[in-house]
Amino acid sequence: MEIALRPVRTLGRMMMMALAHLGRFSMMLLEIARGIVEWRIWLPRTFTESFNIGVGSLLIVVVISAFAGAVTAFQAGYQWQSSLPVYVLGTLIVSTIVLELGPVLIGLVLAGRIGARYAAELGTMRVTEQIDALESLGRSPASHLIIPRVIAGFLMVPALTILADLIAISSGWYSVKQVLPMTNEDFTYGAQYYWRPFDGYYSVIKAFFFGGAIALISCYMGFNTKQGAEGVGKSTTAAVVASSVVILIINAVLARVLLN
Amino acid sequence: MIELQGVKKRFGELIVLDGVDFTVNEGETVALLGPSGTGKSVLLKHIIGLIHPDEGRILVDGQDVNRLSRKELTKLRTRIGYVFQNGALFDSMNVFENIRLGITDERLCKDNDYCTDRVVACLEQVNLQPRVVMTKFPAELSGGMRKRVGIARAIAGKPKYLLYDEPTSGLDPVNADIIDDLVKQLDNELGVTSIMVTHDVRGAFKVADKLALLSEGKIVLQGTQQEFLNSDHEKVRAFLERDFENRPIPA
Repeated sequence: MEIALRPVRTLGRMMMMALAHLGRFSMMLLEIARGIVEWRIWLPRTFTESFNIGVGSLLIVVVISAFAGAVTAFQAGYQWQSSLPVYVLGTLIVSTIVLELGPVLIGLVLAGRIGARYAAELGTMRVTEQIDALESLGRSPASHLIIPRVIAGFLMVPALTILADLIAISSGWYSVKQVLPMTNEDFTYGAQYYWRPFDGYYSVIKAFFFGGAIALISCYMGFNTKQGAEGVGKSTTAAVVASSVVILIINAVLARVLLN
Repeated sequence: MIELQGVKKRFGELIVLDGVDFTVNEGETVALLGPSGTGKSVLLKHIIGLIHPDEGRILVDGQDVNRLSRKELTKLRTRIGYVFQNGALFDSMNVFENIRLGITDERLCKDNDYCTDRVVACLEQVNLQPRVVMTKFPAELSGGMRKRVGIARAIAGKPKYLLYDEPTSGLDPVNADIIDDLVKQLDNELGVTSIMVTHDVRGAFKVADKLALLSEGKIVLQGTQQEFLNSDHEKVRAFLERDFENRPIPA
């Protein structure tokens, strides 16, 4: 009987934990909604956070998007058959990068970079009682700490994604010319032939949701850190893993909803 | 006046506070003693509403802390200065910005001249040289200095109550004495009502008008220094003797 009940107990415990997370996450969203009116506090901090994550992520975004664009071009060149017109590769490279590779790859990389940073910062502030100190001074942790980070995430991830798309396309353009007899005219013709402005919007919309998810999840994980340095490590790992998984889920949902 | 009535708190299976009754009158300095891990800091955090009790009431100036609206709780917190165990200074801000955040009146906090004067005054009050420390970041300060900056931040808003959470923990005896003297000096100068959580009996005797011993979730004894010294209670004797075993008990 005891053995038979064990999985039920485990399932019950897991459901309770999930509900507790949902409750705390909802409370954080409520705090954010309440703190929005304190724009004098969060606005200057939002500029600082945006600058920090934007400029701080530039190098990694440039490097990754340049290599991603190049590899996409090399692989497209490898699969190309002479029966196909060469300009198709322009279409393939641009569409692959703008619709999928740019936003998702940058989203996942930034989930590591920004997510770890937010969770570790807030987690350390939690375990060293800095968040308690803020509350004890009658200040709202949401408007001082969470809102600036969340808005910075919502704004900077799309901005970095646009940059990544441009760099990856340029890199792909240059690289494909190295492996195939392709002219600039072929590439631009192919790129424009199937291009729809919505593709660009879709890339930015995806990045917007990814940025929000990374910032909200990482702030939540950091804010609810427990048990010292080990707790900060756990929160940081959980923030990166959860953000990455949620990015993939959002990606699938948006593809289903927006591309039909 | 601060009053705790039958406060109970448990974390999972662990009972931390088991019906605590504790009163601090206006103008008093009370030292809350107890071994490490008995819930002294938890009790202190209940007073400022950072932790909510499972049962019981916490009254500050007659207001039940757990029944206050957000706005009322924020207002109450502006009347209470809290000195955290390790300072809890914001490490991304320098000393000036840390103390400025302690000016809880929003109108005054926006006045740059007032803030500069107030930060300088608070630093001088805790015996730190404003010119030397104001631009430093917490990581550049020694443990004792961090504690003093923490105290300066707590008094910046001119609170009515000061809550000290182990202000001397982690300090060498000389620095601990300096902080104890500072607490005593501030209580006299500012006329605040204070609660000092500590497990340092000597420091408590030096600073406090009254003492209280928290053990196994309950206040075992609350009274004057003499009442403590005369107590036959087993836990009180054990606590005092352990600390005073090699040193004379103060008169």
